[in-house]
Amino acid sequence: MREIAPVLEVEDLCVSYGKVEALHHANLMVGAGQIVTVIGPNGAGKTTMLSAVMGLLPCSRGQIRFQGQLRSAAEVEEMVALGANLVPESRALFGEMSVEDNLLLGAFTRYRSGDRDSAGTMEEVFRIFPRLKERRTQHAGTLSGGERQMLALARALMAKPKLLMLDEPSLGLAPLIVKDIFRVIASLKDTGVAILLVEQNARAALQVADYAYVLETGEIALEGPSRQLIDDPKVVESYLGLGGRH
Amino acid sequence: MNIEIALLLGQDGLTNGAIYALLSVALVLVFAVTRVIYIPQGEFVAFGALTLASFQVGKTPGTLWLLIGAGVVVALVDLSSALRSGQRRHIPRIVGWNLAYPAVVAGVIHLFTPAELPLLAQIVLSLALVVPLGPMTYRLAYQPLAEASVLVLLIVSVAVHLALVGLGLLFFGAEGSRTPAFSEGSLSVGSLTVSGQTLWVLGASLTLIVVLALFFERTIYGKALRATAMNRTGARLMGISTVMAGKLSFLLASLIGALSGILIAPITTIYYDTGFLIGLKGFVGAIVGALSSYPLAAAGALLVGLLEAFSSFWASAFKEVIVFTLIIPVLVWLSLTTRHVEEEE
Ligand SMILES: Nc1ncnc2c1ncn2[C@@H]1O[C@H](COP(=O)(O)OP(=O)(O)O)[C@@H](O)[C@H]1O
Ligand SMILES: [Mg+2]
Repeated sequence: MREIAPVLEVEDLCVSYGKVEALHHANLMVGAGQIVTVIGPNGAGKTTMLSAVMGLLPCSRGQIRFQGQLRSAAEVEEMVALGANLVPESRALFGEMSVEDNLLLGAFTRYRSGDRDSAGTMEEVFRIFPRLKERRTQHAGTLSGGERQMLALARALMAKPKLLMLDEPSLGLAPLIVKDIFRVIASLKDTGVAILLVEQNARAALQVADYAYVLETGEIALEGPSRQLIDDPKVVESYLGLGGRH
Repeated sequence: MNIEIALLLGQDGLTNGAIYALLSVALVLVFAVTRVIYIPQGEFVAFGALTLASFQVGKTPGTLWLLIGAGVVVALVDLSSALRSGQRRHIPRIVGWNLAYPAVVAGVIHLFTPAELPLLAQIVLSLALVVPLGPMTYRLAYQPLAEASVLVLLIVSVAVHLALVGLGLLFFGAEGSRTPAFSEGSLSVGSLTVSGQTLWVLGASLTLIVVLALFFERTIYGKALRATAMNRTGARLMGISTVMAGKLSFLLASLIGALSGILIAPITTIYYDTGFLIGLKGFVGAIVGALSSYPLAAAGALLVGLLEAFSSFWASAFKEVIVFTLIIPVLVWLSLTTRHVEEEE
């Protein structure tokens, strides 16, 4: 099942906040062109894991390999230059800048390395998110919740990433918009980008993902192909049942 | 007061106000990007003016030794961290900017006799010497403390300010300097005579402000600086390094500071410690703009210049008091109208 060339390999990763360890010995793999999801309740350590992979947080133990290359000094800017992109839970948009300028800055690292065709990429991104094209001159701060998430996604795509990490893209959005966002995520698969999708909305995440991990209180409790997990009684009971968080 | 005196004072106020406006814009920029309240900005005003004055009297300015010394220290710090983290590809850039560049500046000063060069060349040389000190200051004093609170950064600013004033005294002595005007002649409109230097100051300030506005609005690096000011984490996730943004903002600030000093040196006698008071007036302007709005800061700084000019006529003994008292109603107004902004996200 998992013999696809890995884009991201996380081995024995531990991350602490001061003395408190929030992620314990996590192992995870994302293969080329795959959508891999990490589901788990609030406070499980999902954001912590993404932050450590991206270099926003130091790892106290373990290894992170990106495209086969061991990443020694964790520097966010370097990860971006290598082709990893994180859309954080907060979206982290530039609120007082236009949609267009937000997108332009998404291509900042490409611009620095000499690839200056941001206009072409922007047209491609506008094809995926036509709504953003209508709003191109509007400030990001004036957009609706769904549009902001689309802009955050679009801005990350401007970097032409090889690995896209999404932290709870459905957070705080209306069900119809969640559907839209997940449709886009599923369609991104065709572009060949590998996606690491962190979600509390387990059902939607398992439906688009190829492989899934369940994270509970800082530990990976379960893993397997999404199709298997979606029928796993333990997952159904904890995450997909009527009492589950959606 | 008659209309002629009022026009004269107005002209005076606008000239100084334009300089304060430039400085206030630089202060807002540095604060927005790095959260540093940049008190040493004033020293760059003095360094710019006094470096130019040294060239004109045929002396080698002490700021050259500072550039060389700071370059060596920055190179050592950066090289050791590059070697430790195994990032050898940064080595040529570190050596180039911190060791080779100061050597080239020293070489140019040694080869040409700056006193005999045309004024424009002297100014360019002064800027080439003083401006890189800005990013070097950032590297040594602020970058290691990037995560510190605004208060800690402020204390560092006070320390850097005191150190640079001391170095200024060492380099330039206690006597003041005044440089010749950029051009002879003046402009007469009716009964009003505008000196040539006033026109230079107003013209250069206006040009610089327009260039800065275009930089922030139209270029990707200008936008990257604004992005860092709005959302540091968001900017980092786009690959905009906080260190790069910090160095760039300090570079712009020291360029503005040094150029301001060079512009006013023909109007005011500059001493090694004059910059502080000039910088503080720019700071009052920046406070009017709540350290966040460029147009408001510039307008506030112009107001400071005018207030200073007119109060020097009405109550010259209290001129500084009146100017700095302006800060109180502004702070009261700000504290009543703005909600408390949490530090960083
Ligand atoms: N900045 C922080 N400082 C201290 N503890 C934190 C911090 N951020 C998160 N934690 C703790 O780490 C654990 C994992 O949090 P997080 O990664 O945000 O979980 P998730 O994203 O799965 O909701 C939680 O117990 C949380 O309280
Ligand atoms: Mg989270």
